[in-house]
Amino acid sequence: MPRFTRLLSALGIAALLGLGAPAHAALKVLATTPDWAALTTELGGDKVNIYTATSAFQDVHRVDAKPSLVARARSADLVVATGADLEIGWMPVLLQDSGNTRIQPGNPGYFEAAPLVHLLEVPSAVDRSMGDIHPLGNPHVTLNPHNIATIATALTARLAQVDPGNAAFYQQRGADFQKRWAAATARWEAAAAPLRGVGVVVIHRDQVYLCNWLGLKELAAIEPKPGVPPSAGYLAELVTKLSATPPKMILRNAYNDPKAAEWLAERIHAPVVLLPYSVGGTPEAKDLFALFDDTVNRLLAAAK
Amino acid sequence: MGLARVMPAACALLIAGLAGSRAAPAATAAPDEIAALKAELEALKADTAAREAALEARIRQLEAASATAGGTAAPSVAAAPPPAPAPAYPEPAPPAPVSARGSSNPTAFNPAISMIITGNYAALSEDPNTYRVAGFIPPPEGEGPGPRSFNLGESELTVASNVDPYFFAQVTAAIQGDNSIDIEEAFFKTIALSHGFTVKGGRFFSGTGYLNEIHSHNWDFADQPLVYQVFFGGQLAQDGMQVRWVAPTDYFLEFGGELGSGRSFPATQRNSNALASDALFVHVGNDIGDSTSWRLGVSWLDQRATDRAYADVDEFGAPVTNAFTGTSRTWIVDGTLKWAPHGDPTQHQLKLQGEYMHRTESGALAFDVTGENLSGPYDSAQAGWYLQAVYEFMQRWRAGLRYDYMDSGHPHIGLVSSGTLPATAFPALLPATPDRTTLMVDWSLSEFSRLRAQFAWDQARANDEHDRQLILQYIFSIGAHGAHKF
Repeated sequence: MPRFTRLLSALGIAALLGLGAPAHAALKVLATTPDWAALTTELGGDKVNIYTATSAFQDVHRVDAKPSLVARARSADLVVATGADLEIGWMPVLLQDSGNTRIQPGNPGYFEAAPLVHLLEVPSAVDRSMGDIHPLGNPHVTLNPHNIATIATALTARLAQVDPGNAAFYQQRGADFQKRWAAATARWEAAAAPLRGVGVVVIHRDQVYLCNWLGLKELAAIEPKPGVPPSAGYLAELVTKLSATPPKMILRNAYNDPKAAEWLAERIHAPVVLLPYSVGGTPEAKDLFALFDDTVNRLLAAAK
Repeated sequence: MGLARVMPAACALLIAGLAGSRAAPAATAAPDEIAALKAELEALKADTAAREAALEARIRQLEAASATAGGTAAPSVAAAPPPAPAPAYPEPAPPAPVSARGSSNPTAFNPAISMIITGNYAALSEDPNTYRVAGFIPPPEGEGPGPRSFNLGESELTVASNVDPYFFAQVTAAIQGDNSIDIEEAFFKTIALSHGFTVKGGRFFSGTGYLNEIHSHNWDFADQPLVYQVFFGGQLAQDGMQVRWVAPTDYFLEFGGELGSGRSFPATQRNSNALASDALFVHVGNDIGDSTSWRLGVSWLDQRATDRAYADVDEFGAPVTNAFTGTSRTWIVDGTLKWAPHGDPTQHQLKLQGEYMHRTESGALAFDVTGENLSGPYDSAQAGWYLQAVYEFMQRWRAGLRYDYMDSGHPHIGLVSSGTLPATAFPALLPATPDRTTLMVDWSLSEFSRLRAQFAWDQARANDEHDRQLILQYIFSIGAHGAHKF
């Protein structure tokens, strides 16, 4: 019996420490990628306090459920995630170990972006022999500004829902963002007109929304199957195949290993274009607007 | 009439209380009716605003949904005047959304199911049937490299799902190569608590140490460190309850406590209402820059054993059964550090991991319980540790090195110090310092398959012979995509 009370008192002390925690003014947001962090900043301004789980140099699908992330999930008022299984290797651990019911799926504190937009490459049948495919569709949805606009609308409403005290603030900021975003989208689309029909090679199939938006023609992917690195034989086949229809450029994201892309570039005489992919992926891509500015500029420079 | 008057006020107070700090000042200062009415008004205002926001959110969600379901590339910024010079970039028509509307789908709520299939080929220079780590009371099972030649390992079936908005449940059953089934874990866990609390109950791997909670298919070596084999017979599973609390700090700080029946070694299940396996642990962790993360832990285990029997031989080599009754207390210090360039483990990752355990057992040791049945006091202070490094030197390939060391100390055996029996009557407990060095290379063609080669120089046996152990192992994972702890 005294052993039992000893344990209980230790837990009681822990509980008291918890009650002594200070209240926080700003809405605490845990964003899984720099893009969602940037979007939340656009919409939430100084009313939100954002922690970004990954950087532009990480493959979001492969990160670990780090202790620091569990700590942030514990106090988060809102999780902004991609969904569509992109964070499936680590998000469930954060949700379960956080002891935070607000951010459990189904509650307003859990927001998923990808299910809000029309997902491309939804497989009609799934089997792991196809590589690490996502049954719900390709989750790399950010690089189409129309997707961002749709997600921004829903995220504005969600911010207003979880932080009703500042609802008007979010609505006003959301409307302002949509106006600026629509203008910027028009600008990008006008500038990128020469990119229509330009043939490109991608590494992983995470440029599909960008290609689809700008009308870039994806001739081949360096990964033979999603998540499967290319073998020497497959690369040799690619060289033969692409010699007939040479691409204008090879697209590489900031987080991709450059080796295979550079190897291929040398043989098919097409430049490797480094794209930020996420906010922070290049020094220029400081926020969401700059991410698209820089992406379009880099593509146009290479297409000349 | 009175009730009708009181109810809204009560509701208002309740809502104000739930709404938190913003509404609280108005609600707490309600000594007279005016203040109460004021509070009610405030709460109603807050409530209306919340409802309004929720409704707006619903509308916008529906708008967003209809915009995407519409099929054409109608951007939801349609409210803004469409820019004139922008050419239309039609998206290809989406495939008709697959929908189960109208027909019921009894499989829609199927839990996540995954199966891990493991097996190995083992070439061992010494007979695995005589394997015993020298100097320690042996666990009932869990020691040694396992049988020779081809072996089917455990086939681990995990079924997991949220039960309702309040609980998550998971069952992990290991179907062993010898056709027996072990329920490794079968627990429920809360998902509706807040303030960082999580309660778990059922059978679960104890949160003490680092490796203890990790299922065998996620180990970086084919077998457990010696200290886990000797002190826990592999892994410590509790039948009991666990409470965890994550502190509201920017770094990771977690406290946990467990109460268990003691069915798992070094405790024993007793015919008693009392608990026999209690644990307390604290974990701290954080990041250093964007490439490194770490976790440190300290755990304390307090367990009781009654007639915990083990097989040995007496001073003449005749088999006897001895038994320990008493308390077993273990301290564990664990540390884990992971490094990857920019925190991206796709190409390279280094994982350093080590644990130190110190165990004291005190009570009575009975000699030859089925024959002479002599008993005397027993006290031991024993320790063991391991340190390992695993490095992913290129995509899909990892190499690892592990060193194990155990120190049996000099246990005080009453029957020996009193001269009743010679020290050689307890050959298992003769002081020893077993050690082992292990090298590992593994190759993961995908997230779901892993092939491993491991070689160990094992000097854990009493005869000081070097056991050279080669293990070739396969681990395949099918079904639901698992999420793994740090």
